[in-house]
Amino acid sequence: MSPAEPRAGLSDAALVAAIRSGKESAMAELYDRYSGVVYSVSLRVLGDTGAAEDVLQEVFLQLWRNPDLFDSSRGNLAPWLAVIARNRSIDGLRKRRPESDVEDVVLSVEPDMAGDADRAMAMNKVRVVLGEMPAAQRSALEMAYFEGLSHSEISAKTGEPLGTVKTRIRTGLLTLRKAFET
Amino acid sequence: MSGHEQFAEDLALLALGSLEGDERQVLEKHLQECAGCRRELESLRGDMALLSLSAVGPKPPARSRERLTAALAREPRRGAASARRFWWILAPSLAAAGLALVVISLGRQNSALREQIGRMQSDAASQQVELRRAREIVSTLTASDAMRVTLVAAKSPPQAQGKAIYVRDRSSLIFIASNLPAVPAQKAYELWLIPNSGAPIPAGVFKPDAHGSAAVVNPPLPPGVEAKAFAITIEPEAGSMTPTMPIVMLGAGE
Repeated sequence: MSPAEPRAGLSDAALVAAIRSGKESAMAELYDRYSGVVYSVSLRVLGDTGAAEDVLQEVFLQLWRNPDLFDSSRGNLAPWLAVIARNRSIDGLRKRRPESDVEDVVLSVEPDMAGDADRAMAMNKVRVVLGEMPAAQRSALEMAYFEGLSHSEISAKTGEPLGTVKTRIRTGLLTLRKAFET
Repeated sequence: MSGHEQFAEDLALLALGSLEGDERQVLEKHLQECAGCRRELESLRGDMALLSLSAVGPKPPARSRERLTAALAREPRRGAASARRFWWILAPSLAAAGLALVVISLGRQNSALREQIGRMQSDAASQQVELRRAREIVSTLTASDAMRVTLVAAKSPPQAQGKAIYVRDRSSLIFIASNLPAVPAQKAYELWLIPNSGAPIPAGVFKPDAHGSAAVVNPPLPPGVEAKAFAITIEPEAGSMTPTMPIVMLGAGE
């Protein structure tokens, strides 16, 4: 995988199509584009650079082996890779066998994150939205997403009723969605 | 998802992988039947993915890229994966590993050849289409049962007419004539390419049919000759190497 040649403007879908025909340069391009997001999520979940590197490696190898698993009609690659990295990291954290198949990760997301500037703007927006959320709601979301805790575990940890935890998680996700709809 | 509010919160938990037990089973069963809830689940996963963007950390070390590069080099290339794996299983020893390398090399050649064949098939297909179109054009122009109509000013008597279409770079010539008078016995018309300089070049011998129509398609011509005009004379049936006067028809390039 030699350094990626500049491919300004090539969409995720075009790069994935190139991977499908075995072009390592397209892989290099996607790695340079998204390894930061994938690694950051893994590191946040696992708290260990070596383990995060393992997940990073695994996620991109998955993409290389099964590029068809990514459905470009439902959004761009960054969130898809991030969710796979998160799921794998949670599996690693909980020392369990991979629980979720990559095939099951079907998601749709609005903002375009293929460009560095788009991604930076989206990251900033997410941080602002989380910053403005009630602390308990943000905490519930982060425990569920980055620690992989079930709602009953969150309830046990925080002492809050199960129903409250459920509501907080859903409302938190919808708040994020709404921020990107405008 | 309208009407399915009872699943709203569980969908969010399922997206996060936080839903367990009976609740999960009930929801998964419902999802099999409910496209609206499936769409909502995908959207919730998308919302959840946005959370990833809040994780800001250092960039991955350069060695990760190198590690991935090395791993990709070990991956089977597209199209020959199963055969390659089979050989790796059979080749635990160094000697057999060498054999596997040969197989890999052959696999790559095979893959390259397949690509080449694919391109050639594609080229051949498009050439077939072009050829079919060309044949259709020529067969229409030269068909003995074709109706050939020459439009002239009203009330003028029918006149012998010829149309020569010549492409110099391809030395390709198509000539179509109509209303030609019949030629005497053992005689024929001969078409001449008259170059910018030099002697006229024979461009085909022909006889008109009963309706006075005739065609000459791609007669043998020397390459790349620039034509100043085309002419027709009456010659012996076998044709001549030099035109016999008089010229019965003549036309210069338009």
